[in-house]
Amino acid sequence: MLEGYRGKLASFLASKGIEIGDRIRIKKDSLEVEGILFPSFSRDEDIIVVKMDNGYNVGLKATGADLSLLSKRKAEDTRKPQSTGSKGEVKIISTGGTIVSKVEYETGAVRPALSTDEILEYLPQIKDIADIDAEILFTILSENMKPDYWTKIAEKVKESLDKGARGVVIAHGTDTMSYTASAIAFSFSEMTGPVVLVGSQRSSDRPSSDSSINLYSSVILAKESPFAEVAVLMHGESSDTYTIAHRGVKVRKMHTSRRDAFQSINDVPLAKVMWTENTVKMLRKDFVPRGKENRMDSKFDPRVFLLYYYPGMNPLILEAIKDKTRGIVLAGTGLGHTSEEFETVFREFTKDGIFVGMTSQCLFGRVNMNVYTTGRKLLEAGVVPLGDMLPETALVKLMWSLAHADDVEGVKKLMLTNMVGEFNDRHNEQLFPRWYYE
Amino acid sequence: MIGITNSYSQGGIMSDLGIKIGLEIHQQLETHRKLFCSCPSIMSDEYKVTLTRKLRPVTSEMGDVDVAALFEWRKGKTYLYHVPDASSCLVECDEEPPHEMDPEAVKIALGMAISLHATPVDEIYVMRKIVIDGSNTSGFQRTAIVSLGGFIEDKEGKVGIQTIAVEEDAARKVEEGKNETVYNLDRLGFPLIEISTAPDIKSPEQAERVALEIGQLLRMTGKVKRGLGTIRQDLNVSIMGGTKVEIKGVQRLELISTIIENEVRRQKTLLDIRQELKSRGVTEDMIKEIQQVDLTNVFLNTSSKIVRNGMSRGKVIGMRLPRMSGIMGRDVMPGRRFGTEVADYVRVLAGLGGLFHSDELPNYGITLDEVSEVKRVLDVKEGDGFVILVGEKEKLNIAVQTIKDRLNQALIGVPKETRGAEEDGTTRFLRPQPGSARMYPETDIPPMKVEDLMEQAKLYVPQPPEVKLKHFIEIGLNNELANQMLKSPRIDLFEYLTEKYNANPVFVATLLENTLKYVKSKGGDMNLVDEGVIETIVKHVSEGRISKDSVADILIEFTTSNKNLQDVISKYTSISTDQLISLIRQEVERNRKELVEKKDKAFTILMSTVMSKVRGKADGKVVAELIRKEIEKLQ
Repeated sequence: MLEGYRGKLASFLASKGIEIGDRIRIKKDSLEVEGILFPSFSRDEDIIVVKMDNGYNVGLKATGADLSLLSKRKAEDTRKPQSTGSKGEVKIISTGGTIVSKVEYETGAVRPALSTDEILEYLPQIKDIADIDAEILFTILSENMKPDYWTKIAEKVKESLDKGARGVVIAHGTDTMSYTASAIAFSFSEMTGPVVLVGSQRSSDRPSSDSSINLYSSVILAKESPFAEVAVLMHGESSDTYTIAHRGVKVRKMHTSRRDAFQSINDVPLAKVMWTENTVKMLRKDFVPRGKENRMDSKFDPRVFLLYYYPGMNPLILEAIKDKTRGIVLAGTGLGHTSEEFETVFREFTKDGIFVGMTSQCLFGRVNMNVYTTGRKLLEAGVVPLGDMLPETALVKLMWSLAHADDVEGVKKLMLTNMVGEFNDRHNEQLFPRWYYE
Repeated sequence: MIGITNSYSQGGIMSDLGIKIGLEIHQQLETHRKLFCSCPSIMSDEYKVTLTRKLRPVTSEMGDVDVAALFEWRKGKTYLYHVPDASSCLVECDEEPPHEMDPEAVKIALGMAISLHATPVDEIYVMRKIVIDGSNTSGFQRTAIVSLGGFIEDKEGKVGIQTIAVEEDAARKVEEGKNETVYNLDRLGFPLIEISTAPDIKSPEQAERVALEIGQLLRMTGKVKRGLGTIRQDLNVSIMGGTKVEIKGVQRLELISTIIENEVRRQKTLLDIRQELKSRGVTEDMIKEIQQVDLTNVFLNTSSKIVRNGMSRGKVIGMRLPRMSGIMGRDVMPGRRFGTEVADYVRVLAGLGGLFHSDELPNYGITLDEVSEVKRVLDVKEGDGFVILVGEKEKLNIAVQTIKDRLNQALIGVPKETRGAEEDGTTRFLRPQPGSARMYPETDIPPMKVEDLMEQAKLYVPQPPEVKLKHFIEIGLNNELANQMLKSPRIDLFEYLTEKYNANPVFVATLLENTLKYVKSKGGDMNLVDEGVIETIVKHVSEGRISKDSVADILIEFTTSNKNLQDVISKYTSISTDQLISLIRQEVERNRKELVEKKDKAFTILMSTVMSKVRGKADGKVVAELIRKEIEKLQ
């Protein structure tokens, strides 16, 4: 295998029987370098990447160099991560991402490690709090997640809870974690235990990773929480002090890289986990308690569109998606607006049975389309205001609703029903972040 | 230099020991930004935000955790970071991926590579070197090799250069507590150049010389930071039959040879101890069988404060060391015995205060009677040694194992360890040496092509000495002073001061090379004269506030009294030209008659009377000129 190598150099290496991980020698003028052939990340096809004995990698041009194979790589560790099938109190389902992974120092590869044994090896303290069972469902990057996979995750959750798990932890890439959280939330009308989605903002191959604290906290929460809701658990602040469990339909990734990127919007999080004390502190009383059974219906119709309105947007653009969608969620301006020019198009869409719902780009606060003329016009055109629902939550809910209603009126009814806490009718003064400069 | 180490060099033993020394020189670079973000590289104590973090070791593919990493984790420390707004951002907080590597730092390193005859690599790869003492928020230090090979000429022979790397400096330690270490993030990410020599250096003197030469070259790039702590030397020292031991953090060049001599002596003594233990028939099995025995009863009524304090937290135990009488008491370097070495392991790895051993007792309030009782309980026979430990039970258990491990190592020879340099030229155990397994690629940063930078890198190649010498002569230094300056460790300070204050080069060079020596010869405490003091003086002189003639007096007064520099300076503050003129006119009026009479001596008379009043406060040349003008008016 010659990962990353292309063109002439790749064939040359192959002809010499050299593969990644083999020990090679490069001689060039007065220089002689020995080391292990590393995968290439170079844009230059002529570069050989070698890990020297001091641990450093260097890139050297192959042209003009004398290259020889010194020894083949040691046999690979063939242990495959697998489920042990133990009846864990807490089930950990991995969908990908690198919440738990191992570095292969020889080649720099980062490999997910998600067998129960490997998790325990990574985080031995876990066995002091719960008997766990781990399983890899997918190994995909979270940006490649799709509704079909949500269904599979929901099925696995049901199976695990039915088998008696106290709670389920889903290890997930953070980019689309809140979409998956919403999808699982809408899929269950009753659960016997919580579903905790957990991720990390610093990959677990680094000593400073947030993954161990997040994973550890999620197991505490899955086992101990009094609620049976879908939550997203991540760092509560940049420090490693505590984690926060957000209600899955009210959470959003609000920062590209910080550990505390996930924030509840328009709502108070469910709980705070003090990982150093192994305790869960509930932050609200109106949670859904653990139920008697697991009732699941996880069907999604992906024929939807999320339209982020901007000044000057041409309404004709919507023509291109009309026959491909059954519903649109708008992220409109302010209280829920687009330009007046859209009125006609929306009227046409809704008449043809396409659902059009309104959320706000502001994210914080709720839409109100009665305040300004444009809003009233859009309402008349059939646009449905979606309260304080987040655009992404509304989109996932629309996929679920489209799969569970026959006509646009049915969809509208489902969209306006508060199923799992996606609407919050009371916003108090505290529900808005402030930035301090002094 | 300490007596006993001197005897090594004098007797020529040094050269027979097969000494191999390698240097690693770390120098902070003066670039426009930090290595991996856009923050300026400045120190700053002001902060509003603190972060609390934990670090955990990362397992390698082989399933083993790096020794050094695991060692830090076991301590279970919490790290507290001060986040200064002026010099750090989310990158230092480990909350944002690193930005592209600062090309300027790379160019400076390439410039050094050219001047050290090294071969730049074609593509630079940034690596993550696991360091989990908290000094990096990420848990690793980012580092990249820029060139391979090369050499520096030295009169004892060529010394190879193995690698030149650029890397980020670590966070600045503010406070070390038992369970918590506090760092300031200001220094984290400062660009550093690291130059590593091959183990070609054969003597302590050569090591010092090569360090000086490389330091000089670095300063001649004109792109390095100045002042204490901006350059740090690490040493790798081994003798034949010994082990390559890393010594970290040598900040003063003058200490290098002493440290090396001490380390050579330590390794030699450890090899002697091994020989001794073998000849006494001490074996690994014997050490394995050493048991801890509870000695709490022996010390119930002890008058030793240390023992009582330790007992209040736990108990006292003892270990009989079979056939090891006298071993713990062996001197390994000035002020350090083999027992001190073992005690360091106990301190660092088990978290205990230390240990008492048979070769130092009775002492520390432990009486002869208590020692006899300890010997009886431990069944210590003729030729045996023993140790006593006090403290918490858990720590004692770790300590017992640590001591057995260290004694086993004594049977093998010199343990592979990282040691820290002390101010007095001795060293102490810091941690086991990390394996090479702790490096893996920094995937957040794409490789950097060197070809595109080479042209600009040439601008940073330090000027060869001949060119510098010519330049010094051109700006007015005489041959002797120019040569002195060229060899001076203060060459960069000279250039910095002449440039920044547009100061007279001859004055600055004389100050640095001669005046300071003169002040020292007058009994001045030169530790008080840091670069800041010199800079202040030059500033005042070039701004005309003090006369350059008064500099020596100012420095002597400053270094021999307890006065603060500003107070001394104000005493010597120059009088203005106007004041000078009126003073001269006063003198002219007072002596008018005499002056008119002895016209040809008028200048001498005035000069001596005026100078007696303004010496140290006015430049003689200026006074002379003003007097001449006044004399012309005398008719």
